[in-house]
Amino acid sequence: MSNRFTPEASLDLGGPEWLSQRRLRAIESLKDLEWPTADEEIWRYSRVGDLDLTKYRPMSGEELGQPGVDAVPGGGPVAAELGARSALIVVRDGRVVHHEIDPALEARGVVVGDLAMLDADTAVGRVGLTSDASPDAFTLLHDAFLAGGAYIHVPRGVVVEQPIVVIHWCDGEGVASFPHTIVIAEELSQVSVLERFGSPNVVHLVDGVVELILGDGANVRYQSVQEYGDKTTSIALQRAHLGRDAVLHSSAVALGGSYARLRSESLLEGVGAESEQVAVYYGDNDQMLDFRTLQDHAAPNTTSNLLFKGAVEDTARSVYSGMVHIRPEAQKSRAVQSNRNLVLTEGAGAESIPNLVIEADDVRCAHASAVGPIDEDQRYYLATRGVPPEEAERLIVLGFFEDVFERLPVPALVAPLRRSVQDKIGNLHAGLAHA
Amino acid sequence: MSNSFVIKGLRGGVAGGEILTGVDLEILPGEVHALMGPNGSGKSTLSHVLMGREGYESTAGSVTVNGVELLGLETWQRAAAGLFLAMQYPVEVPGVRVEDLLEAAMRARGSQVDGLNDRLISEAQRLAVRDEFLTRGVNVEFSGGEQKRAETLQLAMLAPSFAVLDEIDSGLDVDALRDVARRVKAMTQEDGLGVLAITHYSRLLTELNPDVVHVFMGGRIVTSGGPELADELEVEGYDGLAARLGIEIPEPVEFNRADPFSHRTF
Repeated sequence: MSNRFTPEASLDLGGPEWLSQRRLRAIESLKDLEWPTADEEIWRYSRVGDLDLTKYRPMSGEELGQPGVDAVPGGGPVAAELGARSALIVVRDGRVVHHEIDPALEARGVVVGDLAMLDADTAVGRVGLTSDASPDAFTLLHDAFLAGGAYIHVPRGVVVEQPIVVIHWCDGEGVASFPHTIVIAEELSQVSVLERFGSPNVVHLVDGVVELILGDGANVRYQSVQEYGDKTTSIALQRAHLGRDAVLHSSAVALGGSYARLRSESLLEGVGAESEQVAVYYGDNDQMLDFRTLQDHAAPNTTSNLLFKGAVEDTARSVYSGMVHIRPEAQKSRAVQSNRNLVLTEGAGAESIPNLVIEADDVRCAHASAVGPIDEDQRYYLATRGVPPEEAERLIVLGFFEDVFERLPVPALVAPLRRSVQDKIGNLHAGLAHA
Repeated sequence: MSNSFVIKGLRGGVAGGEILTGVDLEILPGEVHALMGPNGSGKSTLSHVLMGREGYESTAGSVTVNGVELLGLETWQRAAAGLFLAMQYPVEVPGVRVEDLLEAAMRARGSQVDGLNDRLISEAQRLAVRDEFLTRGVNVEFSGGEQKRAETLQLAMLAPSFAVLDEIDSGLDVDALRDVARRVKAMTQEDGLGVLAITHYSRLLTELNPDVVHVFMGGRIVTSGGPELADELEVEGYDGLAARLGIEIPEPVEFNRADPFSHRTF
């Protein structure tokens, strides 16, 4: 089978001229691109070598259809338990099929919809602003087949009280989809965005991009929950640019997929900006969950705080590779980077690679990294109270994640996520690793 | 046989090294026994062998609680059978609240969990445990006194038949010591809790008022007596007591790294 990610397939997608032009430029760049291998540091330990693009094809413009109202499964407990929301966008295979918003917010200028509906003046310079600053083979492939995506725009000073919910469903055997989300929070605005990514049990490639653009003094809480089916491969970039005194609380929960890779990046380009990135991940069976993070300090007095915590069991693998970069102009900045992993069974494994590049001399940085089994002393302590081993392990693993749960930006989700993690813990005891 | 905590001829220690050289002890409901001994005499080893900690083993003897043989059971089953160990160094378990572990422990032994939260709050008040220590992971960033109050809180909530208190008097201030000791004493009087209090200080004993004091040296009980034995110890020390009573202190068996089984007779 040959690669079907061709210029013709890209041209077939239609949409506005600026979007076609963007795709064409990406297709041109792809022609000369050397496909990445695990020999490159940024792909070290990854499964990029196992990814066979010829197993997938892009959807045609006809298949994707036009923006409109359609039923989409997969909101699941996440959407149901979230309660009140101010807007909803439903995205199927990367194409926005439904969107709705509280009329009061619409009246104040908040826009939610499909980026394929934007005019050139609005789109150019915004769509791709962050991903263009951190491209790789998969963002180029994404751009070459980008047909639409969730667009959220909060005007200056507007405070959106309830979360905006974006539900992604990626379906189709042997298909690749390219979901894109862009959140623009103008100066002094406030918004929470919750995205849920799901797919059925089909061989599917998701190549997604999430862009968070925070104006001066904007406050954004962003949470993504990834619960793909077992055969889905996901390669995603989530990147934020923060203006002066902007505050971002971002989080990722990764539970599904066969190979799921997320680059989570924050560029602190305004003085006094603050970024928090947290993640919970739990791999079982032969899953691989792969995270590459960047805390990029490009202005003075900026603060970043990262806490990624994961667990792996069965023969699952996880990779965490994180970079804190303090640029010369970022004096008086503070950065914390912490990654902790529980390896629950003998066959499972976790890599944790922290990196610091500090080019300023008046900064405070701390990093921590840990990989290990459940602590024997904790296990014994609970046993002395009469807690059976399986139950003790369940409590310890859930407890391990508790400090991240407490920092998740959308509190209504904590209870259902705790249950999702609990389901994954399942019947852990049989193959448990001991210290 | 039933309604007692009986240790008979208990030998054991860490794998490959015998530390307990034959422990005999019987505690009845409501009784307080103090076990005093110098550092290195094997007091904490006794607590872990009784509880079945991984890495510790019993090589001979018997331990029963209310007629149930504990040796051979897993740690949690020993707890469920009615034995509680309050630890000298309680372990921090991040993200697991006291209530979570109590609920799990109670469910495992088929106890009623309805109203657990209310009972926990009133017990916490009785022990002067502040609310924040109920909402935090158990023992996480607790002071010594808070840890021992939390251990006593769990003891009171789980209401076992017998409790081993392993140096519950170490690392806490006078107020906490008094609160903890009074709560334990009340449990012995109101609920018939039998207590084995391991300590090397006598100040706990003035609060707990033991029925029997045992002196533990070389991995076994070398003499037992009334509360006056603790006072004598204060005056003459362990060596003096041993000399006066003509007790030969058994040397701990040397651990042979080249052959961990060298000291055993098969």
